[in-house]
Amino acid sequence: MSARKILMLGGVALAILGMSYGLWYAVFAEHQALDGIGHSLASGFQAAAERNTAAAVSSLLQYREAKYAYDRQVDVHGHWIGLAMLLIVLAIAFDHVGLSEKFKRGLAWALLAGATLFPLGVLLQTWSHGALPRAVAILGSAMVMAALAAVVLGLLRKQAA
Amino acid sequence: MTQPSERNSYAAELPSAAAPADTAAFARPSARRLLTLAGIGMILAGMIFGDIFAVFVLHQNAARVGTSLAAAAQAASAGDAAAVGAHFKDTGTFLENRGTKVDTHVHLIAFGYLALMLALAQPWVGLAEVVRRRLAWLLVCGAVLLPVGVFLIHYVGLAYSPLEAIGWASIFADLGGLMVLAATVGYLAGIAQHFRARQPLLPDQLLRDRSAPARWLLTGGLLLILAGFVHGAYYAGVDLYRHEAADYTILAQMSSAAAAQNQAQINQSLAEYGQLQGDKAVKIAAHAHIIEFGLLAMLLAFFQPYVQLCEAWKRRWAAVLLCGSLLLPVCVLMEMKFGLVAGGIADLGGLLVILALLAMWIGILRYTGSIDAMPSGAPSGVPSGVRR
Repeated sequence: MSARKILMLGGVALAILGMSYGLWYAVFAEHQALDGIGHSLASGFQAAAERNTAAAVSSLLQYREAKYAYDRQVDVHGHWIGLAMLLIVLAIAFDHVGLSEKFKRGLAWALLAGATLFPLGVLLQTWSHGALPRAVAILGSAMVMAALAAVVLGLLRKQAA
Repeated sequence: MTQPSERNSYAAELPSAAAPADTAAFARPSARRLLTLAGIGMILAGMIFGDIFAVFVLHQNAARVGTSLAAAAQAASAGDAAAVGAHFKDTGTFLENRGTKVDTHVHLIAFGYLALMLALAQPWVGLAEVVRRRLAWLLVCGAVLLPVGVFLIHYVGLAYSPLEAIGWASIFADLGGLMVLAATVGYLAGIAQHFRARQPLLPDQLLRDRSAPARWLLTGGLLLILAGFVHGAYYAGVDLYRHEAADYTILAQMSSAAAAQNQAQINQSLAEYGQLQGDKAVKIAAHAHIIEFGLLAMLLAFFQPYVQLCEAWKRRWAAVLLCGSLLLPVCVLMEMKFGLVAGGIADLGGLLVILALLAMWIGILRYTGSIDAMPSGAPSGVPSGVRR
């Protein structure tokens, strides 16, 4: 499979994944999540008004957890679609990259894997606060950045040639 | 309407425009033309909306959120639980107002990018032109319906809604999202069909362009994106968890101070919370904007053959767009340190991007006008304005 095909098909598939996830989240989860954030924050201060410190702490902890998950779920939606768009644009621009087809194919796989793994790692953080999801997100973003740096060099190389 | 004499001078001034793009692919009812013009139009509308929002709503809204949070903390300190609930309800309303406007801005621009990308991808879509055009209309309608629906959520609320938690505006916004999703799936099926059928790719002027403005925009855009990614990684590594921990800690301190009726601590926590929110907002905004502008520059690089302006002006507008794209996020980052001065320069950066984009859009409109003015017997691929 050519580098261009990997990026084009992978990009559109990732865009559809990101949009489907966003649609599902908007219809079935977002309103509940926002209600949960608002309710737990208000409950924390209402408990403080009633001088019930234990209940206030418990509510604010719920707020922290709900906001942690909400921020990541919105980030996953945005990053999957954003990275998908980048892959599609790069697919179209790959003719301008002055590198061998074999190297470009490697870059395309790295970009696709990184663009999938980075938001996936962020999403996994909503289920586990352990090191593994964070490592997946870091690996994904590092792959995307390294591959992008190589693409920039390839563009400059072609222009110089 | 362009006079013949104007066309003569235009042609003399525009040697680069004499290399016409693929006019057949950009004919009046084509999917590519619809997606290109609507895509840039949506990005422009989203950016202008974002500027209006930033100047007239954002800061005022942030001040209202801060005031209602302070009022809630004071009510908690006074032991008035009912007032706390009322103040947080106000906070929720202000946050919803802000959130829906940010979403309108973001989605309008993102759908504009998607439309431009699909315009570029048309040679890979193995579907009949009539199907591609219908998919383009579906996408454009959905892409307008979603942001309009999201914008109206705050004003329509749950009025006449058949559902408990979701109002009509949300329902229409979701319908818009579904339309965009369906159109994108349709194009994906078309791309898969193209690759399955092993159809040869027709030569496309847009993908072959190696002009100076196209090269500047492509490389500059990719560098902006890379800078945004590096900044995002730095933010995630250094600031994200610190910000999240501080958010909880400050609110917990505020709540404890309210329970202990410690006014000084409440005020200090409120000030710290305001600083924290400002710091978070500018860092996320800088990260998002530099990447979005980079992507925009890369996309516009491909449409340069359709921009019917002279080469010197095409270069100038490309440079203006790249300068504005760098100026806005850098100055947004400096807002916490230099306040309104940096904010004003950031707004100027946004204005430069809007002006450059508008100029390119006008250039593309001129190109479409040239094609449409072409007599039916004219040689294919040469717009009338260019031929003279």
